[in-house]
Amino acid sequence: MIEADRVGRTFTVRRRVVHAVRDLSFRVGAGEFVACLGPNGAGKSTTIKMLTGILTPTSGRVQVAGLDPSRRRTALARRIGVVFGQRTTLWWDLPLRDSLELVRLLYKVDRKVFRERLDEMCDLLDLGGFLATPVRQLSLGQRMRGDITAALLHDPAVLVLDEPTIGLDVVSKAEVRDFLRRLNAERGTTVLLTTHDLGDVERLCRRVLLIDHGRLAFDGTVDGLRATAPGRASIEDVVAELYLRSRTTPRTPPAPRPAPDGPSATA
Amino acid sequence: MIRTYALLAWTWTRAAAQYPLSFALMTAGGLVVGGLDVAVIWVIFANTGELAGFGLTEVMFLYGASQLAFALADLLFGNVDKISQHIVAGTLDVMLIRPASPFVQVAADRFTPHRLGRSIQAGAVLAAGLAGLDVPLGRVWMVPVMVVSGIVIFAALFTLGGALQFLLTAAPEVANAFTYGGATLTQYPLSVYDTRIVRGMTFALPLAFVNWQPGLYVLGRPDPLGLPSWTGLLSPAAALALAAVAALAWRAGIRRYRSTGS
Repeated sequence: MIEADRVGRTFTVRRRVVHAVRDLSFRVGAGEFVACLGPNGAGKSTTIKMLTGILTPTSGRVQVAGLDPSRRRTALARRIGVVFGQRTTLWWDLPLRDSLELVRLLYKVDRKVFRERLDEMCDLLDLGGFLATPVRQLSLGQRMRGDITAALLHDPAVLVLDEPTIGLDVVSKAEVRDFLRRLNAERGTTVLLTTHDLGDVERLCRRVLLIDHGRLAFDGTVDGLRATAPGRASIEDVVAELYLRSRTTPRTPPAPRPAPDGPSATA
Repeated sequence: MIRTYALLAWTWTRAAAQYPLSFALMTAGGLVVGGLDVAVIWVIFANTGELAGFGLTEVMFLYGASQLAFALADLLFGNVDKISQHIVAGTLDVMLIRPASPFVQVAADRFTPHRLGRSIQAGAVLAAGLAGLDVPLGRVWMVPVMVVSGIVIFAALFTLGGALQFLLTAAPEVANAFTYGGATLTQYPLSVYDTRIVRGMTFALPLAFVNWQPGLYVLGRPDPLGLPSWTGLLSPAAALALAAVAALAWRAGIRRYRSTGS
């Protein structure tokens, strides 16, 4: 469903070429639930942006839902849903209901399908209480639920979330996680998310991609990730150690390593 | 494209209707600014009776044609040169994940019909100028053609200004020099300017094709630079050529888009 083949992206900052992502290759099969981890500035967001067509890769090839994101951006937009934890995709001054209606029209979702979908989402995410509230007045938890609804109205095959649980309280976080798990299990939607919250990873994901210095540092299961730093009690400690290890050797990040017991790539 | 634009414009109009006082003040402000422009023309003619060889009705015609084209281009596409705000705020990312052209989304963003006031004022001046002139029927058809060409030229300038901001995020004012500057330059008969400026506006940045060259054709006047009278008929071609350049620049800009940190 998602294929990255030796993808690279460079930025020129003050005449110096910075490799935000280099030689990144991975595949995500249909129905997988994958977390993308990495320290700040590792290239996670750049990767997500190349997968969604926001950024054009400077090298390599990307395919999502059978399309090249940067060349077929609008066609891809109809097949994927994207949620940014840090910013809303909704219209600030419009009530949530009107924002969703506008999304329906932009994605050309049939009115009847929209009604059913919205009712279902209202049920699952408890939107009913704030559908009439302007987006700017929503709490972060409500806004996130609204954003997730907007991303799923057109029933995309792939859902990409960039830090969906950032800033959410414990209850909202649990609700969002529960919803994503059901979406993946019941509808078979492929989910790829980036996060700094390892609770997301432990509770949701079967597979982890660790990106560091723009390269793939680990690709495998959560248990496989634990095994890379034996003796560490929590997954937090394991990841912290991996981040620190790479920080001490910044110029030679670990080479892409096949997962010891990760799921083999399925197309 | 048009459907998406109309949809977004209607949405923003409804959002703006949440603040009716602001809407009323902006509309009134637009009319006052436009009115001042006309007042300047009146003051000039109160003193001289002609401007670079052109009478009051002719100047009103040239002013009205360029300002109507600019006001409509500004109403429909003026937001494109505010793209740097979207780049900095990260809202361009959001536009790029929707199944619609980012150009249309940026252009329709925060659409507000209060700019229509400026178009109505310019249209009234154009109509008054034309009424006072005796343009033969065989050349009147050129008037709507020149207004539409002017809209396309100004829209292309807004787009070029927007495309430039993918490179120079910090300098949106550079673009304004060409768009708002162009609107100001074309307010008066170009013969008031130095011939080098007029040449530049004819052959480099085709602002002369907004109202000057086609205007000379409508008025049946010879070109001070000595260009043949059919030059004015080239306005649509000049507009399309500039639009093509602008479209290419915009595409290149989107492909070079760097997004923000998060």
